[in-house]
Amino acid sequence: MELIDIIKQENIVYKKSKVLNDVVMHYCPGCSHGTVQKVIAELIEELDLQERAIGVAPVGCSVFIYNYIEVDWQEAAHGRAPAVATGISRLNPDKFVFTYQGDGDLASIGSGETLHACNRGENILIIFINNGIYGMTGGQMAPTTIEGMVTSTTPFGRNAELNGHPLKITELIAKLPGTSYVTRQSVHTAAAVRKCKKAIKKGIQNVLEKKGTSFVEVVSTCNSGWKMTPVAANKWMEENMFPFYPLGDLKDDIKDEPASKN
Amino acid sequence: MAKIIGAVVVDEEKCKGCNVCVNECIHDVLALHKEVNSYGYHYSYMKNSDKCIGCANCGLVCPDTCITIYRAKV
Ligand SMILES: Cc1ncc(C[n+]2csc(CCOP(=O)(O)OP(=O)(O)O)c2C)c(N)n1
Ligand code: SF4
Ligand code: SF4
Ligand code: SF4
Repeated sequence: MELIDIIKQENIVYKKSKVLNDVVMHYCPGCSHGTVQKVIAELIEELDLQERAIGVAPVGCSVFIYNYIEVDWQEAAHGRAPAVATGISRLNPDKFVFTYQGDGDLASIGSGETLHACNRGENILIIFINNGIYGMTGGQMAPTTIEGMVTSTTPFGRNAELNGHPLKITELIAKLPGTSYVTRQSVHTAAAVRKCKKAIKKGIQNVLEKKGTSFVEVVSTCNSGWKMTPVAANKWMEENMFPFYPLGDLKDDIKDEPASKN
Repeated sequence: MAKIIGAVVVDEEKCKGCNVCVNECIHDVLALHKEVNSYGYHYSYMKNSDKCIGCANCGLVCPDTCITIYRAKV
């Protein structure tokens, strides 16, 4: 069989989602942001949510997410996405409301908004891209930067004594009674992308069923900020980030059940 | 016996040459081309097209969603 006989409409098994706009994303080559956003778009298409979804965009590299996923969007001030999403979801209980935030946005300037939205159990999905660094502003240390990691503001590596300890905010969030589903995923291999997609799907379904806040962390790379090739960054993440940020579900529960049951 | 064969089409202009798909394909189908697209990126292409099984792994990991995957039974 010749290539021309295989490359036919009826043989397509994977293609770009219709919910993704036909533009080139501004992300650096190999950046995890693109992969996660594609997965979100695929799920919005598969679950037929294009008319019901309202996203809240962060400040950070993914600030332009509203140019890529074709749903309604609201931009929030840095870190305030969960607070803005609270208002949107309370006023529009029939909509599916989600935020998409980096670790600087969510775990640093927005840690208060994030923890309180999760504690109140707002019916929103929070997607948290943890690349251990402030990507957009030039690779400064984030709360999530792991010990020993070199960033532009920790040129000799993060030192807990001087710079404080890396913050496992997802573990904190799993303890809050308002959250129903808290998980940590990645998108560095095809198997990981499949798992991450299942996790985000579950988060979406929980929100639609009004089970409280769902929280999906995606341990990610910022190869530019880390000053590595995309493939080397994925490997570095596996070897250095995963031991500190182990993948898997942290909580799969019902809203308002005591956290100690986890 | 039925055999599964696959093929991929890379949107060469949208590819950023990140090499993630090449690294993910265990069947050694993909490589970065020695030519570049108009952005200066060495785009991904099927170097060994007869080895592709259409598993879609390369497409799943591509951050820029520039790979369309086809699979057929012969
Ligand atoms: C109120 C305010 N403070 C600081 C900034 C500068 N700033 C822009 S993006 C950013 C950090 C983004 O990092 P992260 O959330 O990890 O996202 P990434 O770029 O890594 O995806 C900062 C501090 C800002 N835009 N607004
Ligand atoms: S700076 Fe980092 S997070 Fe931002 S687009 Fe580039 S690789 Fe991605
Ligand atoms: S579809 Fe599978 S076999 Fe074919 S190029 Fe992609 S990863 Fe390789
Ligand atoms: S993963 Fe996508 S952008 Fe990267 S080299 Fe492959 S086709 Fe190009």
